[in-house]
Amino acid sequence: MKKLLERLHNGEILVADGAMGTMLFQRGLKSGECPEGMNLSRSFILEDIARLYLDAGADIIQTNTFGGSPLKLASYSLEDKAALINRNAVSAVKKVVAGKAYVSASCGPCGKILKPYGDTDPEDIYESFEIQMQAFAESGCDVICIETMMDLGEMLLALKAAKKKAPGIPVMATMTYDPTPKGFFTIMGDTIEKAAHTLEEAGADVVGSNCGNGIENMIRIAREYRKHTILPLIIQSNAGLPLLENGELVYPETPEFMAMKAKELVDAGVSIIGGCCGTTPEHIRAIKKALGSNLSS
Amino acid sequence: MELLKQISFNLQNGFDEAVAELTKEAVEKQIPPDEIMNNGLIAGMNIVGEKFKNHEIFLPDVLLAARAMNRAMEVLKPLLIKDGIPVRGKVVIGSVKDDLHDIGKNLVAILLKGAGFEVIDLGNDVPAEKFISVAAEENAHVIGMSALLTTTMPVMKKVVDMAKDEGLYGKVKIMVGGAPVSKEFAKEIGADAYSYDGANAVETIESFFREDS
Repeated sequence: MKKLLERLHNGEILVADGAMGTMLFQRGLKSGECPEGMNLSRSFILEDIARLYLDAGADIIQTNTFGGSPLKLASYSLEDKAALINRNAVSAVKKVVAGKAYVSASCGPCGKILKPYGDTDPEDIYESFEIQMQAFAESGCDVICIETMMDLGEMLLALKAAKKKAPGIPVMATMTYDPTPKGFFTIMGDTIEKAAHTLEEAGADVVGSNCGNGIENMIRIAREYRKHTILPLIIQSNAGLPLLENGELVYPETPEFMAMKAKELVDAGVSIIGGCCGTTPEHIRAIKKALGSNLSS
Repeated sequence: MELLKQISFNLQNGFDEAVAELTKEAVEKQIPPDEIMNNGLIAGMNIVGEKFKNHEIFLPDVLLAARAMNRAMEVLKPLLIKDGIPVRGKVVIGSVKDDLHDIGKNLVAILLKGAGFEVIDLGNDVPAEKFISVAAEENAHVIGMSALLTTTMPVMKKVVDMAKDEGLYGKVKIMVGGAPVSKEFAKEIGADAYSYDGANAVETIESFFREDS
């Protein structure tokens, strides 16, 4: 398989996978339980989910390591098992994809707020990310995806840890923005322009956005990114904000709708399109199909 | 009055040292503590809350202003108690049982404290019994509950039902919020109010106190 970055720089469009959390709940994760705790004893479930997304046509499959940094695992008293939790997750996906797709190691926020706004030292957050990145490097993932970051400061700590502990492994850096009447901002007030410049300078290989407020906002976010960076872009949108229907949580955007909008993401200059909360293998299958003419495989 | 304006200004800019020093100075100058709180600190936080609502400032600025507010309240609180001036109202807050998401709940707590309310934060994963027992022990005015998962929402109804059983219903206002929660849901379970974000939660609780007075 060709190197991921080489393909992106050649202008190829790739499809990433969809949501993980809902799939875990359907397979026995209890509410209040640590999602990454499943990596210790039930990696067959991770394989099962990876297989569904691979069959749906995803070129990039994420690992169940979003909350796998020791600081985050500490809220479940699992911090001492961080290395194993992260390695097992990469191994499970690697086994299933067997070279047919890229293994993307997911890294999410540590759940703490940096000083002086919160109570956590940047050094502690950096060391926590180092442990996770080291595990990613040892287990041989193809790419690292630092995602759902709402504080550019925390993103930079994770990015620095990745570059130090996993040199040579490309890093995708995606932030989550809220729409406001004055444009898009993270909760901490970072703009897309600032993130694009800062992340490019800090050595990110791919930049973009995930989660958010539906795919139409993501098209606007992608256009804004494109103005401020020459790096390849990744967008992993949620299926809109959840609504309550007859006591059930329902995500409003259908596979057909997201697939139709995915083409506009390509027109906006996005290279990797995947899903976030509320997206399913059906969404990914529909996106893959819709982008058929743009994909060269 | 000039001094109180300076307190408000420094609080809005998150200068916690200055706010603490100016508050001490105001106390030394015999300005009544409730006046310092209302016309200095809360006046400043109201502006911060308004700017946050209008996306003129962001979470970091709110966090810094709240930190400055807390520093000043450390100075004022013993004096307010000594003078027998009641705090603005007591709110028991938490994410319901099995719900571990707390960003939204934390923001509500910060903004409520900033608005001068006493906040008892029970944290995440709080069972219905705990909301009720703490609200009763502390003579709280409001119970605020947050949920991000649909699976945990029934705990909110349980709290309302328990409040009825314990004779708290009507005495303690019950407010709910969180991504899957709606106004309709709040009405269905018999909660007093629903709020859609942190700033709205403060407005809603303030409206409870206006109704009472």
